[in-house]
Amino acid sequence: MPDVIPENSVGLVTPKVQHFDTPLTLRSGRVLEQYDLIYETYGELNADRSNAVLICHALSGDHHAAGYHSMDDKKPGWWDTCIGPGKPIDTNKFFVVSLNNLGGCSGSTGPVSINPETGKAYGPDFPIMAVRDWVNSQARLADVLGIDVWAAVVGGSLGGMQVLRWSIQFPERLKHAVVIASAPKLSAQNIAFNEVARQAIAKDPDFHDGWYQEKGTLPKAGLMQARMLGHLTYLSDDAMRQKFGRELREGKLNFSFAPEFQVESYLHYQGEKFSTRFDANTYMLMTKALDYFDPARDHDNDLRKCLSQAKCRFLVVSFTTDWRFAPARSEEIVNALIHADKDVSYACIESDNGHDAFLLPIPRYLDIFHAYMAGVAARSFGGKS
Amino acid sequence: MSELRPDLSIIQQWIRPESEILDLGCGEGELLSYLKTEKNVHGYGLEINPEKLTACIRNGVNVIEQNLDNGLSNFEDQSIDTVVMTQALQAVQRPDELLDEMLRIGKEAIVTFPNFGYWKTRFYLLLKGRMPMSDTLPYNWYDTPNIHMCTFRDFEILCREKGIRILNKTVVDDQHREHWSIRLWPAMLGEIAVYHITRR
Repeated sequence: MPDVIPENSVGLVTPKVQHFDTPLTLRSGRVLEQYDLIYETYGELNADRSNAVLICHALSGDHHAAGYHSMDDKKPGWWDTCIGPGKPIDTNKFFVVSLNNLGGCSGSTGPVSINPETGKAYGPDFPIMAVRDWVNSQARLADVLGIDVWAAVVGGSLGGMQVLRWSIQFPERLKHAVVIASAPKLSAQNIAFNEVARQAIAKDPDFHDGWYQEKGTLPKAGLMQARMLGHLTYLSDDAMRQKFGRELREGKLNFSFAPEFQVESYLHYQGEKFSTRFDANTYMLMTKALDYFDPARDHDNDLRKCLSQAKCRFLVVSFTTDWRFAPARSEEIVNALIHADKDVSYACIESDNGHDAFLLPIPRYLDIFHAYMAGVAARSFGGKS
Repeated sequence: MSELRPDLSIIQQWIRPESEILDLGCGEGELLSYLKTEKNVHGYGLEINPEKLTACIRNGVNVIEQNLDNGLSNFEDQSIDTVVMTQALQAVQRPDELLDEMLRIGKEAIVTFPNFGYWKTRFYLLLKGRMPMSDTLPYNWYDTPNIHMCTFRDFEILCREKGIRILNKTVVDDQHREHWSIRLWPAMLGEIAVYHITRR
């Protein structure tokens, strides 16, 4: 908990909820008749509304990207390293919007919400979302906020996929796209990891085909396994070696199956924490959105053709030890953009932290991000808010 | 706009307005930034030095982190009007293969490199019996990034063997200035050469 709010923090923030009752037709063909989006904003929107930045969150993220909800919070928002006064996404210059995506479990309409047609929670009946559905809903939020054009749309991992989708779905509505530790589509290996995670949840006897809320149970064990698997794929071999090595909790082998190595108890802790805060149906749905994302599919599997629709400038960033969203995947995006003659810069940041690196304060990463966002400000509104 | 580095001001004369440029080892993006403002060219720079790459981004230049020694296979045949490489030919693993790559991607290329046949270099080796060092070549033999030094003649012979045509050539001193004496005997008196080449 912060005794004092740090100077470079956006401070105490309060989420807002926006209700929509215009039906949203989804990629699956299903329709959401009405829904809520919960979001936070940081900084001030300028007079000509040219300084807005949209943050797209990843698998387990939410609307709370920066600052604190109360003085009792143990930690700030999930991307506090990059959003705040004087930080890369400088809230002295930009008006930042961060929302929880549909299907989430942090306040936007999702599996835990009440389905108005049945009066019960949606549970597994909540429609499977596609990245483009999120982008459509984000565009509606932009309409409500009076933002015609984003100075930048920014996101890492699954968030980066939303950024790519924005650039081709609403090419006139963003000036810059920042795509971090992402990919133009998942590899078979990546889909396989997601399937193992989903199976861990689905096979938990407390899952009840997703109707656990009705049954008054929680598939904690399944969600915990899913998270443990996910979490370890976000780390690198080096990072784990440095952080845990082969250290034993009690300094000796106990010849038991209880967690003995530090790395085991760390994973248990991460899984445990996640299983109580996150909804299993949301996890299932988010991983499906990841698997389905493949924008080139509609363009003869030609990513260049797909991205040639974009009109914005791009920054693409990857991290050397990220094997879940490897640099080579980012380079596919970069090369397609070059072949389509788009403005793009690309940096591959040296880091031991695997996929998690995009959330960490790595000096070179922050420098590049900072430099690029300064350019975003200069090109979008002359640099001053 | 601050004054352009002398070698870059020679290079820019050979670049057409509105053309597509690739700058290999683009530094802080001075050339691309200048060409964008003055000639409305579109282009990309490749750079691996972290500080320089960040400077490019700060300067609003398109820069891609890419090591020239890993090839340029991500660029398509004849997709670029002019591929530029300043003072890097002697520092790559295979200058000959890189030249081929430059002219596969680019319709034209511009290359600059230091002349190992410069008279002071020749005399340094002749008289001191040691690997030459100078302002242009400030490194020891064991820590130099310049692993493939050549003379102007070497370069021109390589071009001939490869069927590369030299469109323009300017030879300058270490400050990138042209001088009448250099024109008299460039192979001996020139320190740095700027070649404009094509395979067309």
